Amino acid sequence: MPQWIPACATDDVDPEDVIPFEHAGESYAVYRSPDDVYYATAGHCSHERELLCDGLVMGGVIECPKHNGRFDYTSGKAMGAPVLVDLRTYPTKVEGGTVYIELA
Amino acid sequence: MGRERLERYSLVGPDSRAAVDAGLASADWYRSAVPRKRMKELMRRCDGPAVRDTALWLGLMIVLAGVGILLRDSWWCVPFFAAYGVLYGSASDSRWHECGHGTAFRTRWMDEAVYRIASFMVMRDPTASRWSHTRHHTDTLVVGRDPEIQAMRPARLAKLLANFVGLVDVPVAMRLMVLHVGGRLSAEEADYVPESERPKVFRTARIWFAIYAVVIASAVVSGSWLPVVLVGGPALYGRYMLYVYGLTQHSGLGENVVDHRLNTRTVRMNAVNRFLYSNMNYHVEHHMFPMVPYHRLPELHEEIKGDLAPAYPSIWAAYRELVPAVLRQLKDQSYYVRRELPPGARPFHEPSTVNDGRALPLIPA
Ligand code: FES
Repeated sequence: MPQWIPACATDDVDPEDVIPFEHAGESYAVYRSPDDVYYATAGHCSHERELLCDGLVMGGVIECPKHNGRFDYTSGKAMGAPVLVDLRTYPTKVEGGTVYIELA
Repeated sequence: MGRERLERYSLVGPDSRAAVDAGLASADWYRSAVPRKRMKELMRRCDGPAVRDTALWLGLMIVLAGVGILLRDSWWCVPFFAAYGVLYGSASDSRWHECGHGTAFRTRWMDEAVYRIASFMVMRDPTASRWSHTRHHTDTLVVGRDPEIQAMRPARLAKLLANFVGLVDVPVAMRLMVLHVGGRLSAEEADYVPESERPKVFRTARIWFAIYAVVIASAVVSGSWLPVVLVGGPALYGRYMLYVYGLTQHSGLGENVVDHRLNTRTVRMNAVNRFLYSNMNYHVEHHMFPMVPYHRLPELHEEIKGDLAPAYPSIWAAYRELVPAVLRQLKDQSYYVRRELPPGARPFHEPSTVNDGRALPLIPA
């Protein structure tokens, strides 16, 4: 049964940045675009499970800190070697200064 | 001895499996603490420095080749072609490296374009070598896992020396290119290049093969070495600085240690060498934080140097250590240079007989 989980305050994540979020033993990454839209993906890179929150966010792309693999964080799409498997993405919503992500 | 040594380092040999079983593959590597905001700042991309350095690199090559061609009937052409050769055969290595990581430029296509040009010059297939370098970063100096260990224990001295003029690397690259033209990979490449990426390898090899065929045909038709001196040849006669720099990176240091402070050197170099080598002399910093662009590595060095073993003051200082170490390893393969961390540095985590740098064989003889 999908449910909306509070992930962070809107101010916790800077524009063009990413922060980690843990829930029920799983890691997630929460992004804020330059125009203040929030996105969420799996927290680990699909290549070798590196934590993406230590990576670089630039122009709608998260770059993994380990081998510089890139994903479109809005869609989870892998953008070329060495990442070949897309990231799972999660719906988000903002209510009362809190970012929620919908988890299954 | 030769066969045993190669087997230990083979990616498809028994040590490869033993390294996986010992937890050395895809291990959790040490990283120095850098405040999050500062790290994000150091990772920021811009095009300026790489546009300037690439224009200088390619511009110098054009000028040097032009003067060399004009002077081709006299010995005065030699210094110009020699300098051109170093830019082609050696400086291409660090361009391949930085653009392969995708960190040199902010603009993606620029990274990709320079990566392809540099890959051709250094004679490494851009796709296969991207995967080999990815493995090198995952399992740096882990025996049986890292495909880019230059000085093994014991070192293949004749190969290392011959490679200063590309006498092993270039024929191997040619053999691989022919293999790829025929739609096949070597066994080692098949270990790290995913199926879906292989058609790119074969396509590139066919294009490169055609380029070399044109170069050789034009040399034959014109009855002149000039085309080969300009294209392909520099990978031999201009390669020596690639090895002068490259051997400083890891030779003689600890294997199987999962801490770049112990298996990688940072060496201070002058501005000319840093230009030719694209700041890859800050090698500990690069391995620890591969997303920091080459032109920010000196700043990263300042940020974390208190947590690292001291940097080597010069190339000469690095060689004074690495040459005796590599020679000693010819007899004693458990010998390695143990880097001492400065007081105040966070200690090496979880040292054990498996990962303390000696790299004793993981499988019983
Ligand atoms: S772990 Fe993310 S690119 Fe390799």
